[in-house]
Amino acid sequence: MERNGFLSLSGVASRYGSTQVLTDIDLSIAKGEFVALLGSSGCGKTTLLRVLAGFISPSAGEVRVRHRDVTHLPPDKRGMALVFQSYALWPHMTVAQNIGYGLKLKGVPRAEIAARVAAMQSLLGLDGLEARKPAALSGGQRQRVALGRALAIDPEILLLDEPLSNLDARIRLSVRHELRALQKRLGITAIHVTHDREEAMVMADRIVILDKGRIAQAGTPEDVYNRPASAFVAAFMGAENVLSLAGTPSGDEFAIEAGPVNAAGSVPLAGRPLAAGTVEARFRPEATRLFSTDEVALIGSGITFRGEVAAVSYPGGHWRHVVRLGETEIMADAERAFEPGSRVGVHVPADALFLFNSSAPQPASSISRATSGKVHA
Amino acid sequence: MTGPRNPLAALWWVPRGIIFGLMAFFIFGPLFNMLLWTVAEKWYFPYSFPLEYGFSSWAKVFAPRGGAVESLVNSLIVALLTVVVSLALAIPAGYALARLKLPLRSVILLAFLIPQAFPNLTVYVNIARIFYEIGLNGTIPGVVLVHVSHGLVYAVWIATAAFSAIDVELEQAARNIGAGPLRTFRDVTLPLAAPGLMASAIFVFLESLDEFTGSYFVGAPDVNMLPLLLYTAGAGGNYQIASITALLLLVPSLVFMLMVERFLKADVLSRVGH
Repeated sequence: MERNGFLSLSGVASRYGSTQVLTDIDLSIAKGEFVALLGSSGCGKTTLLRVLAGFISPSAGEVRVRHRDVTHLPPDKRGMALVFQSYALWPHMTVAQNIGYGLKLKGVPRAEIAARVAAMQSLLGLDGLEARKPAALSGGQRQRVALGRALAIDPEILLLDEPLSNLDARIRLSVRHELRALQKRLGITAIHVTHDREEAMVMADRIVILDKGRIAQAGTPEDVYNRPASAFVAAFMGAENVLSLAGTPSGDEFAIEAGPVNAAGSVPLAGRPLAAGTVEARFRPEATRLFSTDEVALIGSGITFRGEVAAVSYPGGHWRHVVRLGETEIMADAERAFEPGSRVGVHVPADALFLFNSSAPQPASSISRATSGKVHA
Repeated sequence: MTGPRNPLAALWWVPRGIIFGLMAFFIFGPLFNMLLWTVAEKWYFPYSFPLEYGFSSWAKVFAPRGGAVESLVNSLIVALLTVVVSLALAIPAGYALARLKLPLRSVILLAFLIPQAFPNLTVYVNIARIFYEIGLNGTIPGVVLVHVSHGLVYAVWIATAAFSAIDVELEQAARNIGAGPLRTFRDVTLPLAAPGLMASAIFVFLESLDEFTGSYFVGAPDVNMLPLLLYTAGAGGNYQIASITALLLLVPSLVFMLMVERFLKADVLSRVGH
């Protein structure tokens, strides 16, 4: 996936005091692409956005827009518009003044500013609010004013710093789609910082997952969801169940040895660089199939664990079981409830079973983690 | 439905009335006494109220030779100049103290308190001596400088608080959308800090209007100010003139205190001195 690099970052690093916040960020973003920077708090995603906006000067590396080095340009000379998490609307200006300020700075004639502000207001559903001050707006309206202010200057690149996190859950869902549709319609390049996995999945063309200031994986939503490059990405993308297995690669298959809770089995390698030894197996609760041990075992490529139901609950749509497998507990979903105490089999299909070489001393895993971002980007 | 009540509770208004009455007496008694003196023609012991009322003292004060008009004009000029000079220093200083991570921030803030830390007399006598040598004694700029040294602590502290109450992201939003640093300061920072700066201007103005010691040592006898007039009249036993002067000093104080109360919001007040 080599891109011609409308916006490119190479070797960007940032330090805060003695803490390394970002390390070796290489990323190339195409024009019109919607990229989500996903990670838990403290992973450096907001720092990366601020490096792009010009509020933080990277300690190494460079940022280029259309092959022009902008690394050390001041924020006002970059043509990127940032929507702040706090919205940062100017409380002493009205909605119209907030939206029109960027145009006023550019010296656009007053009549044209008024026309463009009005157009922006109707685009964002803010009609009739032009004379209001931000304090008199609802959270959703403020968010749209902040977006309008950023879009009014016709930026080449739109930076979004968790702009949806201060909205209520219900509005947030519809705003996701509106924002995405708007970005597509305007053909703007957008970089969206979020810690919400689903938000990133729904909105982005490409997801960049950050872990401790490094790119853990970059790829399409489908890629990062179904082919996580590391145990961290798998866990972050919802594969919270973790078990330790042993196995060896043979041909195109990875043969898993029988263990205390599982029978021997094998799964296709599918290009994964797995070495013989202990592997960390991760899978999602919703990817499993539960069946009672008296039933005839279901068939299909994958692996089956045997255990006992410890608890069952109904979060909606399906029954969620806590299944005890020897020493560990996993979560597994099923269409029907199994009584606590009943013996069950847990089948994980091969394509939903993520395997990683877990043993820490093996250098292979750490290298694959560090380089995976580049490999996929 | 009222249940059985302690009969003593019904008498609660008595001590309350006495306490509020005493407070009112101590606050408004002297003020009322002062107001009476401004219109008293003849008033001596043992009479509780003036024997004759009239405005002859007002005529005397505002007569060309009374000196009150000159003192009033001097006081106002000095107070306004003090405000201008103090704010011209306090706006950049306050912004720097609020925004930049100066390592000595609290030390610098404390340094502005130093003129207040020593007895005024000692400080002003020495200032007077130095000013005399460089020809500033007995001039309006000299008095303004003394008042600035005194008023700067309020100006800088309040300005610092006013600027630190402004979220940095509001400035970053302006920078991001294309405003240079000066434009951002003019369009975003300054308007948002204006109420706090206004309050600091009023404090400085009132401090200057009231200031006696420095005005006396540096200004007198060439530059006469209202507090000096009040002092002279009071010391000479002329209570009518002293009271009228006091009233002239009191009115702007009251008006401005009401304004300060409007301008100084809790978010600024909570940051004073931090």
